[in-house]
Amino acid sequence: MTKQVQQLDRVIIRFAGDSGDGMQLTGDRFTQETASFGNDLSTFPNFPAEIRAPAGTLPGVSSFQLHFADHDILTPGDAPNVLVAMNPAALMANIGDLPRGADLIVNIDEFTKRNLAKVGYATNPIEDDSLSAYRVYPVALTSMTVKALEEFDISKKDAERAKNMFALGLLSWLYHRPTDATVGFLEQKFAKKPEIMKANIAAFRAGWNYGETTEAFSVSYEVKPAKLESGHYRNITGNMALAYGLIAASRQSGLPLFLGSYPITPASDILHELSKHKRFGVRTFQAEDEIAGVGAALGASFGGALGVTTTSGPGMTLKSETIGLGVAVELPLIVCDIQRAGPSTGMPTKTEQADLLQALYGRNGEAPVPVIAPQSPNDCFTSAIEAARIAVKYRTPVILLSDGYLANGSEPWQIPDVTTLPKIEPGFTTTKTAESADEADEAFEPFKRDPNTLARPWAVPGTPGLEHRIGGLEKADGTGNISYDPNNHDLMVRLRQAKIDGIANDIPPLEPDDPRGPDGTGAKVLVLGWGSTYGAIAAAVRRVRKSGGQVAQAHLRHLNPFPANIAEVLKSYDRVLVPEINLGQLALLIKGKFLIDVISYNRVRGFPFKAEELAGVIQDVIDSE
Amino acid sequence: MNDAGTNGSGPSENGSGNGVAGGLALIPRTDAKQTAKDFKTDQEVRWCPGCGDYAILAAVQSFLPELGLRRENIVFVSGIGCSSRFPYYMNTYGFHSIHGRAPAIATGLAAARPDLSVWVVTGDGDALSIGGNHLIHALRRNINLKILLFNNRIYGLTKGQYSPTSEVGKITKSTPMGSLDSPFNPISLALGAEASFVARTLDSDRKHLQSVLRAATEHKGTALVEIYQNCNIFNDGAFEPLKDPAVRDEVTIKLEHGQPIVFGADHEKGLRRSAAGGFEIASASSPDIVVHDAHNPDPSQAFALSRLDSPGFEHTPIGIFRQVSRPTYDELMREQIDEAVAQQGEGDLAALLGSGDTWLID
Ligand code: SF4
Repeated sequence: MTKQVQQLDRVIIRFAGDSGDGMQLTGDRFTQETASFGNDLSTFPNFPAEIRAPAGTLPGVSSFQLHFADHDILTPGDAPNVLVAMNPAALMANIGDLPRGADLIVNIDEFTKRNLAKVGYATNPIEDDSLSAYRVYPVALTSMTVKALEEFDISKKDAERAKNMFALGLLSWLYHRPTDATVGFLEQKFAKKPEIMKANIAAFRAGWNYGETTEAFSVSYEVKPAKLESGHYRNITGNMALAYGLIAASRQSGLPLFLGSYPITPASDILHELSKHKRFGVRTFQAEDEIAGVGAALGASFGGALGVTTTSGPGMTLKSETIGLGVAVELPLIVCDIQRAGPSTGMPTKTEQADLLQALYGRNGEAPVPVIAPQSPNDCFTSAIEAARIAVKYRTPVILLSDGYLANGSEPWQIPDVTTLPKIEPGFTTTKTAESADEADEAFEPFKRDPNTLARPWAVPGTPGLEHRIGGLEKADGTGNISYDPNNHDLMVRLRQAKIDGIANDIPPLEPDDPRGPDGTGAKVLVLGWGSTYGAIAAAVRRVRKSGGQVAQAHLRHLNPFPANIAEVLKSYDRVLVPEINLGQLALLIKGKFLIDVISYNRVRGFPFKAEELAGVIQDVIDSE
Repeated sequence: MNDAGTNGSGPSENGSGNGVAGGLALIPRTDAKQTAKDFKTDQEVRWCPGCGDYAILAAVQSFLPELGLRRENIVFVSGIGCSSRFPYYMNTYGFHSIHGRAPAIATGLAAARPDLSVWVVTGDGDALSIGGNHLIHALRRNINLKILLFNNRIYGLTKGQYSPTSEVGKITKSTPMGSLDSPFNPISLALGAEASFVARTLDSDRKHLQSVLRAATEHKGTALVEIYQNCNIFNDGAFEPLKDPAVRDEVTIKLEHGQPIVFGADHEKGLRRSAAGGFEIASASSPDIVVHDAHNPDPSQAFALSRLDSPGFEHTPIGIFRQVSRPTYDELMREQIDEAVAQQGEGDLAALLGSGDTWLID
């Protein structure tokens, strides 16, 4: 039977099931197949903080959304075109996001009286007409999987668990995905359990064959590869890119990487990843707590390593005092805050941008710290190198503000040519630099600053003749000796601030994307964002422009200091709209620093913005002009 | 930087060959003659006159030259408190950090740099109260650190509140009707935290203090040295029975590995195991006087010795309670790196970035 093949330019699929159903793995595999096929893509894993919430319940639902296209895309998509629901809980938790006319593939085997009752369905939604707005494909995923695996010497439970591979096989057929990599992946994953391996591969193939033979699916879909810039690509999550960026920074600086970290969601994957790369001389230290994690990193920096700590909001709070010490002793230190919904424990697996003010100001005293926020999973790589560059050049802690959405989300990454990566010069001081013969006998001055950068010398233990002491007490300018002199303190506070402020001249200017209109004029409305909202804002801006609206977009990667030209850019627009996943923290900074009134748009739902939602907001601002 | 900081290269890991003890094996040495003066800085020492810290500082400065280490390879790290000013007075590298966190900072430094002799100077409040967590983990990890815990049983720098080693009922500014909480016994705590080297000494007994420091520096791994230190301003005479020539010999039990545990002015008393499992005092001539075995893998005996402490100092052991050899964290960390390099070769950045499922777009 030949089936009809329909061409699509993009598709958004959401896999949803119980935490134990393997939805993240299924989504990951489908993503890999899609990536290797050459589509552009963006993913959004969404899972509960509980490792295994009670099976079949709403809190236990885990999902993975994937947006793929034949052109470049910016977000994991607003609403799925296809929902795969592995049980009634998954259906109930996700149906609200499904637009009318979307495809719904459900595992009817799980729609038992008991499971329906668990989530409060009085009647079976597959059988009543409550789903009539959708194209429903009831598939007996579990029983077909079990049947397909009859001949294998595995338990019924193991056979049932392979149903996600059956589903993956079916979807792979439906969207013409290449399957070799998944087979290879299963071979590797279950190398030590050959029977399970063969069973999973068989389930995957059975799903594919089912799609091909059943009459239930009469159409399959094709999404052509996207025309991306030529080069080698791989798919990468933000956390992985960040870990790679840190290793690259270590290589580019010649400084051994030292990670002091304490496990915390959603940052732990960076610790896991870096601990695999010992062959790069990477030292990973799982500390007794967050404070020890950053303390050990700072201690390693004192010894001449690239000291890094990784954490999320609650851990940032605990690290504040040590970051303040880093400011006082002026040593390089990279602090990665993978933000999550707060306050306190908040929603550990959900994303948020509400640590911005904490990053800038969450320390006692005047303790300025450069803050950098990556704007996409890929950009975590570049941002990590940039954080290292600034930390080393200016002898300062740098805070890297990623978030849960970037951390776990993925997209294709054009693998960079390592010869093009920037070099980072550690610039250790190895001898006393005496400007005159008189000074030759004088003690080394650990706080004598470089006149251009205001950075202090970095002389590491083991360097003869430069023995010196540093600490959290106020230091005399130059000598670094303890000083309680009022004027010296005033000077040192200002010097430390001036050093950080001066970085503004060492970062790229803010360049708004502002295509001229037909009459040659630019937009009147600027959307200013920072961090992970880049994709959603850019997608929204595209939509607005498509429908004839004129709008400019600027995105901040450097939050402290701001690019030198920021005020100038902002003042050249009538209206500045600042969407943030917090209650207006960047907006507060802009208003406070530049006396520029901005329009805030804030949602703190633990989810990224949707492009459609932002497009509406932008249009409203344009219309109110 | 010195490349000993990277893949564990540098001087030979096995120190026994050149006669250098384990704890110092990787630290560069000098033939230049050093004196105590070489370790003094130009900073004015600002402890209260009469403070026990002076004696400890002088003892450390006059002891270090005998190690023959390059001065630039020695680092003193401290927290906050009177004792934590110590690094400012040592002409080595130094890091005066934040309250309680010195062991954590020193851990990162020692793990990153095997060629450094890293010392932590801390007090009873710093190490046992705000920094208790870091102390116990540094001890169990057994990283190459020497921790000098100046125990004066009081908060000096904040002007006289009771500390976690103050005796119950201590009247201080914050406890006008007496403190309520039971103190820690730092030796018992360290033994419980799997410490491989645990010792106690006195600020006023330079000879004993230096002998303990010597053993601590030679020890490979974390060494905890509790130093009873007099704070003459807020807790004067706290350890008087151990210092008063009239009684000190009667109440001080000097522990020496391999020697029977006897004490008293005429060595007339000794320790034997009691039926209850602890120690009891017997005549030195009893046949069952226990021989001190600091190298015993089982810490029970050392722990029982630590429990002899009493608020009135009727019988207080000093010396090395425990000194056992086990792998250090920093050494194991280097071994893993070396093993990874040996098995997979040195890291290749381009290969790493291009690993996993990749595809080519022309
Ligand atoms: S307060 Fe006590 S411990 Fe502190 S310096 Fe004075 S005497 Fe020494």
